Amino acid sequence: MNNNTNYIGKPVNRVDGYAKVTGGAKYAADHHARGLCYGVVVSAGIAKGKILHIDTTEAMQLEGVFKIFTHENVSGLAWFNHSYKDMDAPPGKHFRYLQTDTITYSQQPVALVVAETFELARYAASLVKVTYKADAHVTNLTGNLDQARPPKGKKSGFKKPSSRGHFDKAFTAAPVTLDATYFHGAEHHNPMEMHATTVLYYKNGSITVYDKTQGILNTQSYVKSVFGLSGRKVKALSPFVGGAFGSGLRPQYQLFMAVLASLELKRSVKVMLTRQQMFSLGFRPITQQSLSIGSMEDGSLQAIKHEAVSGTSQFEDYVENIVNWSGMLYHCKNVKQSYQLVSLDTYTPLDMRAPGAVTGMFGLECAMDELAYKLNIDPLELRYINYSVEDGSMKKPYSSKALRDCYQQAAERFGWSQRNPEPRSMKNGHLLTGWGMATGMWDAMTVPARAKATFTADGRLTVGSATADIGTGTYTIMTQIAAETLGLPMDNVTFQLGDASLPYAYLEGGSATAASVGTAVQKACMQVRERLLDLAKDIPDSPFKGLSVAQVSFADGMMFMTETPANFIHLKDIMTLTDTGEINVTSTPLPNVFKQMKYAKNTHAAVFVEVQVDEELGAVKVTRVVSAVAAGRILNPKTARSQIMGGIVWGISGALHEESVLDHQFGRFINHNYAEYHIPVNLDINDIDVIFVEEQDDVVNPMGIKGVGEIGQVGVAAAIANAIYHATGKRIRELPITLDKLL
Amino acid sequence: MDQVAASVMVDQPTHTITLTVNKITYELKVLPWVTLLDAIREYIELPGTKKGCDHGQCGACTVLVNGKRINSCLTLAVMKNGADITTIEGVAEDGVLHPLQQAFIDHDAFQCGYCTPGQICSAIGLINEGKATTREEIQELMSGNLCRCGAYPNIVAAVQQVNGKL
Amino acid sequence: MNNFTYTQADGVDNAVQEIAGHSEARFIAGGTNLIDLMKEHVMQPEHLIDINSIHLNSIEFLEDGRLHLGALVTNADTAWHPAVEKHYPLLSDAILAGASPQLRNMATNGGNLMQRTRCYYFYDTTTPCNKREPGAGCSAMNGYNRIHAILGTSPHCIAVHPSDMCVALRALDATIQVKGLHGERLIPIADFHRLPGDTPQLDNNLAHDELITGIILPREHFTQHYKYLKVRDRASYAFALVSVAVVATMEEGIITNIRMAMGGVAHKPWRDENAEQWLKGKPATQENFAYAADMILQDAKTFGTNDFKPALAKRAIVRACREATNIG
Repeated sequence: MNNNTNYIGKPVNRVDGYAKVTGGAKYAADHHARGLCYGVVVSAGIAKGKILHIDTTEAMQLEGVFKIFTHENVSGLAWFNHSYKDMDAPPGKHFRYLQTDTITYSQQPVALVVAETFELARYAASLVKVTYKADAHVTNLTGNLDQARPPKGKKSGFKKPSSRGHFDKAFTAAPVTLDATYFHGAEHHNPMEMHATTVLYYKNGSITVYDKTQGILNTQSYVKSVFGLSGRKVKALSPFVGGAFGSGLRPQYQLFMAVLASLELKRSVKVMLTRQQMFSLGFRPITQQSLSIGSMEDGSLQAIKHEAVSGTSQFEDYVENIVNWSGMLYHCKNVKQSYQLVSLDTYTPLDMRAPGAVTGMFGLECAMDELAYKLNIDPLELRYINYSVEDGSMKKPYSSKALRDCYQQAAERFGWSQRNPEPRSMKNGHLLTGWGMATGMWDAMTVPARAKATFTADGRLTVGSATADIGTGTYTIMTQIAAETLGLPMDNVTFQLGDASLPYAYLEGGSATAASVGTAVQKACMQVRERLLDLAKDIPDSPFKGLSVAQVSFADGMMFMTETPANFIHLKDIMTLTDTGEINVTSTPLPNVFKQMKYAKNTHAAVFVEVQVDEELGAVKVTRVVSAVAAGRILNPKTARSQIMGGIVWGISGALHEESVLDHQFGRFINHNYAEYHIPVNLDINDIDVIFVEEQDDVVNPMGIKGVGEIGQVGVAAAIANAIYHATGKRIRELPITLDKLL
Repeated sequence: MDQVAASVMVDQPTHTITLTVNKITYELKVLPWVTLLDAIREYIELPGTKKGCDHGQCGACTVLVNGKRINSCLTLAVMKNGADITTIEGVAEDGVLHPLQQAFIDHDAFQCGYCTPGQICSAIGLINEGKATTREEIQELMSGNLCRCGAYPNIVAAVQQVNGKL
Repeated sequence: MNNFTYTQADGVDNAVQEIAGHSEARFIAGGTNLIDLMKEHVMQPEHLIDINSIHLNSIEFLEDGRLHLGALVTNADTAWHPAVEKHYPLLSDAILAGASPQLRNMATNGGNLMQRTRCYYFYDTTTPCNKREPGAGCSAMNGYNRIHAILGTSPHCIAVHPSDMCVALRALDATIQVKGLHGERLIPIADFHRLPGDTPQLDNNLAHDELITGIILPREHFTQHYKYLKVRDRASYAFALVSVAVVATMEEGIITNIRMAMGGVAHKPWRDENAEQWLKGKPATQENFAYAADMILQDAKTFGTNDFKPALAKRAIVRACREATNIG
């Protein structure tokens, strides 16, 4: 059968591409309304203490300033802690903006100035005078490791580290051992779009909230519970999100501020944070980790200990899975893990692209490289020696794990077999070349998601779910799935997201969206198939009478009898002949938990990197990256490649460039702008080669999707650090590896 | 000529200026501290041009002024009185995409799309300048536009496809 | 950004007269640094005088063969001007190593001279800074001073001048042409910028009523032996940790003339004429350049996170000299 509506697995262009290249895509701050006013936030200049006085007199004297909200005049909001809990909140006492005179972190918002124009609000904000009584603050993790303690409470996705066997005994007995400590500072997500919310206010007291978020339902439910509003009164939308990488997993304070002002002033309000204020949001936590590995002379691992200490805030215990990977990736009987926190006078950290794995796998995969050198075994060979077909921490086989193929294919493409293991062996003038590799690993998660589908008599299909597209390609892959399932041209299919009135979807994060929402979309379209078949059976003399849905196929806008494709009917004709206006269905897929619980479900990657180090000046250039990724079925190689490439760029950035520097004098992130918080520019990024090693996996979900948002980044920083060692003979265990560390 | 009624208060040093944006001439009454970026986004209501830092550190606000690419966040609207400005909304002509726009789609040269208007305007400026021929020159001369999603190799591929062929 | 009034000057005299009458007024040309600082409330002028309509936007040879760069020519037009590319390639390279194409299309030559430091604390009005508020204290001294000065510092300020262009101008021995109420004067680039001393609030020696009208480049062209080397934290669009501008003349492997200016190490583009003098008449060798670098850096003082800078600066000087003199 000739089929032009097979889209899954094809490199189709983004369906939102036209909107994005013409300026038609409207992000949170791109909305306008009559009488729209603007809010500008005033941020605290100290890290800890009390507000003694906020003098707003001068600011309020400016004509056009409507109100200045501070803790002195904000009241009547929700009382209970759980009202401030959001879908990604860590355990603790969730922060209440403008409701306390206590300063808990630097840049804490202390006032919101609302005025007729943005410029006026910005000027008035500069005239607000806040006097503080400052208290001594603690922001230094490494100086306070003696305060480390186990985390309190639980957070979704957090797995308690688990030990097994007898590490101490095995480590002592191991002929070859390694101890190493690794560190990285804080990193802020810094998506290109600064966090923004526009609230449109209507005469009847209802509001429409355009928010920057990875979960529009999270936005809506937070607004409802904090401000005591009914769902009817709050329409929440986020059709376009200018990147997030985790920063949109929790409602950020511009949302609170914009809604607060709108309800109070009964006006439409726009609040956009400044780039400087983007450093007042959550961040990848400052972490120190230690690894101790014992092995036999032949490289077989006998004992692994992985301990990590991260910073959190004074009011919430942010947790992530840092050390767990060491119990999963390699075959090893004796594993000891610990994960502790130190409360610091900062804001609460927040999930940032591949949270935990980026950190823990940096430590583990650098340590494996160090061990390989101690053993005089090729680093790739050491991975093969300890390859594990089961997740040792749960004693479960993987639903699929093509990591071995990833190693082989990436190594071959890279030319790894040509590598001389000797450090500094590739020297040309002042340039040293180095090759390094590392493994990546992430979870293949499924989260709850529903979808609705509407098929109309004109042959058009509209599918929707309250999920998000933060640049990940959700619009496109869902359109592909829906179009292929019903055999329609993609142009006839519209996918809707970022609207709280759509069926439930969990936050877009953790690489779970393609699998979770994709399954719901496919199921909804399968339900439409059944309805279409039922309708077709009602048509007089229908050849489809007596057939089950398994006996028909959908392609090119038609339904066929699979056995005898000459028997077909146009879907539009089914609707017309049965006088049907539209078909509406909503799907609620339920994962096969009994089947899934027998397996570990993960994605894997093998990443090989070439660096060039200017030996005199210390500058590092990543000249070549080859990454092979095993992430189940790839729905769209074009957008998936972009995801992996983006992850690799993030890996390069974390390895070489970005760090939010805390000045402990002030307890403040001091390089809080894009000029001094370095992320790579175009010239920093060179050859990136992505290989997908497809896996067949009917355990994770019916389509075998595992997700690609995080896996691209995991392991990249380790591969770069390992390549730098190979180039220079210098083992740098602290990120980012700036040039001063190589002088 | 479209009249844009920017908010004006009594006793403020308002300036009446004209800006030609995407071939339409707007008469604006602006206060001197309104940046060109905010004038375009909030007063003329063309939100395609993006604010990514407001300090000239990211390039998201790049527009073409008299054919040259600049950061619209670091100039005042009043300083651009009489200027001819092209924003992303004016890059396609009569609904036909500019070759760069199509190349950006074909090469998947964006993910979230937020830096894209600035990248495309910057690339048009780069092509107008005529200084970049090699891949590395394009990379260097596109380095004033940050992309946090990391689409750089695809952006370079898109620009390479169009560069020198207009 | 604070509220301010705005006027456009139509001539140099008119601009100078206007600013002389207003102590809180500032000239604005490209605006790339001033507007940035105004948005941070670091600078809050009450009045802006837009000088873009003054005709200072040409690049022309003077009768004596020197090249005059109009103060209002953009950095991009200067770097890509045929006369600059041909006769002063060091200047082209330095300008193109700075900022981004968009910023270079806005920023002017005069404005580049007037650039203010990128010190984190100068920019963050919640922290003490003697440059912003004399007497408040220097937060960088005991803070994060990765980008800060190692030469010519004072107990009051360790900020650096961020320009690339000015480093090249220093190596080229440019002259700054300014006009004030009392007429025109010429300031050698060496005397234009200041060291912090006990007046770190003053970046340069320009009087309030003076307007930069142009930059004059001497006849010596240095088209054979020159190098602008910029070391920074990413490949482009970042300020220098250390930069070195070298121009030289050579005869049969012997240095007959050399000038070395450095950026990222001091409150002004740094030159050490003793070191240059020492190199003259000597062969271009790694050892000689290293010795000269040690001379330049002998009084270097570091402050913690910039401890790496003397070593980096030395290597950068040697590399730039080597490349300028083609000894590889």
